[in-house]
Amino acid sequence: MAEKIRKSAKILVFSTEKISDPAIDMAGLLKLHYPPTVYTISVPCSSGIKPRWIMHAYEKGFDGVFIAADGTDCIFGESCTEKTGHLVGKTHTMMKQKSIDPARLKMAAICSVCSESFVKQIKGFNEYLLKTINP
Amino acid sequence: MKKKLGVYVCHCGGNISDYVDVEKVKKAIEDEGGVYLAKTTMFACSDSNQKDMVDDIKRDDLNGIVVASCSPKLHLTTFRNVSERADLNKYNYVHANIREQDSWAHSNDKEGATEKAIRIVKAAIARARLAEPLVPNKIVAQKAVAVIGAGVAGMKAAIALSDMDCPVYLIERSPFIGGRVAQWGKLFTSNQPGNELVEGLYNKLINRKNITIFTNAEVTSNAGSIGDFKLKVRVTPRYFSGLCSDDQLDKAIEACPVEVADEFNFNITKRKAIYRNTFSQYPQTGVIDMINCTRCGKCEAICDKIDLSQKEEVLDLQVGSVLMATGFDPYTPEAGEYGYQETNRVVTLPQFARMIEMSDKKLMHNGKEVKNIAYIYCVGSRQPEGGNTYCSRYCCTSAIHTSVEVKKKFPKVYNYHFTRGIRTYGKQEQLYAESLKQGDIYLQGDEDNLPEVVVQEKKTLVKVNDILSAGRAIEVEADLVVLVTGMVPRADNSVGSLFKLPKGRDNFFNEIHIKLRTVETFIDGVTIAGSCQSPKNVMESVNSALAAAAKSYSYVSKGELETEPVIAEVDEALCTWCDACSTACPFDAISMSNDKEKAIAVINNAVCKGCGMCLPVCPTDALNLIAYSNKEIESMIDALAVD
Repeated sequence: MAEKIRKSAKILVFSTEKISDPAIDMAGLLKLHYPPTVYTISVPCSSGIKPRWIMHAYEKGFDGVFIAADGTDCIFGESCTEKTGHLVGKTHTMMKQKSIDPARLKMAAICSVCSESFVKQIKGFNEYLLKTINP
Repeated sequence: MKKKLGVYVCHCGGNISDYVDVEKVKKAIEDEGGVYLAKTTMFACSDSNQKDMVDDIKRDDLNGIVVASCSPKLHLTTFRNVSERADLNKYNYVHANIREQDSWAHSNDKEGATEKAIRIVKAAIARARLAEPLVPNKIVAQKAVAVIGAGVAGMKAAIALSDMDCPVYLIERSPFIGGRVAQWGKLFTSNQPGNELVEGLYNKLINRKNITIFTNAEVTSNAGSIGDFKLKVRVTPRYFSGLCSDDQLDKAIEACPVEVADEFNFNITKRKAIYRNTFSQYPQTGVIDMINCTRCGKCEAICDKIDLSQKEEVLDLQVGSVLMATGFDPYTPEAGEYGYQETNRVVTLPQFARMIEMSDKKLMHNGKEVKNIAYIYCVGSRQPEGGNTYCSRYCCTSAIHTSVEVKKKFPKVYNYHFTRGIRTYGKQEQLYAESLKQGDIYLQGDEDNLPEVVVQEKKTLVKVNDILSAGRAIEVEADLVVLVTGMVPRADNSVGSLFKLPKGRDNFFNEIHIKLRTVETFIDGVTIAGSCQSPKNVMESVNSALAAAAKSYSYVSKGELETEPVIAEVDEALCTWCDACSTACPFDAISMSNDKEKAIAVINNAVCKGCGMCLPVCPTDALNLIAYSNKEIESMIDALAVD
């Protein structure tokens, strides 16, 4: 029997408590809809996300992981952007080793007012993932 | 210790339960490991439910709590306080956001939103099972507040903070303080002229030693966070090294060859590049507008206190909280909107208010006495989608108050109000009654039947199909058409961007909650007051200013703030000291210790800020953040992933 066509991809978002989480909250407040299979775990800073958490998400069945990064707004300092980039690079290497498409990990800076940007990014990511899930 | 959890799923009135089947959520989670009690509640934050929670915790000896409701930004503290009242360590409480990140975000998909809610609550339960009692950290809070904007809200807030013995920096972008109120005549309901109100507040401000006022000053950068904001403030000089005599200043102004539109009078008059305050603005001195000044030196030749060589300064300020009171702009109609800019017989309400202030004996406009005045309401407010859809709330009252005042000052005028329904709430209804009593005529259109302005060579007609007289076409020949314009956010609100202040759908700065946390923002330590938040009249602005002052003070009053006990911890067994964590730490909180059998990393708990930058760089995974351990995060991922 053919596999059921999925309407939306399962995406885990790592958001940050002070910067990107308020933007995701605001997206809800503004009723900017995005797929309900997008789940958020909030952390203090995007540069503190461990690659093993991301790999764990794929292992458990998430189609994609989205890092809603602090970018230059990070309250912990300017090095956040570079360090978040490093952990993404490190994770990409781990993904390749496990034959996971690196494009299933996406990072974008989401500031505290970037609600529309968040929804746009998530919808685009969802569309990409759906193409890989329902080829 | 085995966890005994209480789980509460909130309806939030209908904000959650209209889109999420909360009973289904409760049923789905009540058999999860560790859950002892599961309930739905209409309002989890209500006093009665909070009391029930305290009773539940005490009676059933619960050692962990999960509330699935709105954003933790709104009620995390509320439920932590509930835990503390029940003698449960507040870090054993876990919040699940099923409103902003679920019911509202997926209001178009009840089934999807319900499934998501179940997983979010299960993830919170998984985290609560692992939660440990913790003790919060303390940080030093600078006991000073920066109030940005010195209109009525900013001035009142500064005085209130000063009364609480809190040092205040009052920072005003324009050369004079007083804001919009300085531009108005008599105010309703007090009948006090705007200038008197400003004068009274200014006198209070300058008599307080703990208030420092900066005019012509702008915040240009911000670093730091709650308790310790580091601001850079650029102060533009007035180009006066002392006071010129009135006579000298008058002559200097007369000699100035530059004329520009006077923003104080909403551009209906001109001023020079060197100018003085109006009688309602403070400080009462001159200033040079260097953007328009040609540095011709004519004024310098008249008064030796004028010094065009002065340079701008950049000051560094350290404050514990920032109170934003940057005000509003009046809506500027588009060219051609109800005849605006097509004829000079069409003006806005703020322009008309200045005209009345500046007129004596007869109300003259373009050399002709004004008799018939047509007011067109809701210009720039209640527009269709794509425009300003909101009601500015103050403009009905302001227009009617203006019509009453103009009739008192110039009894021969006739007022014709072209409304879309009058919204004079509260005591302002008395003003409406007074306007009717003095003979003002009220005509009403609606969204599909707006008034029309016909501009002819020598006259201006305003027409409407009046729904108060069964749609009859009525036409008024107006000597002056006054567009009753609403409030819009400041055109230049860049100071908000410095603090990353969120804006609502109307583009005003947004509070966390319109009823429960009305002056707090998502940016910890930054409060908002007055009409930078939403259209407000003077009384409402002052009320919000006092609330914001109290809130800002609460951040700095103790000189220290509690922060989350989230710091890094080292698994000594795994650590092999490679220095990667120490290099990654931006706060120098990690060093090497040789006290044990091997060299390992040690965390300076007083310095660690809990960012977690050390975590991903550790090759042996020896570092974890308290409350964000591998176990906690991965158990949440497990719960969210289950199909």
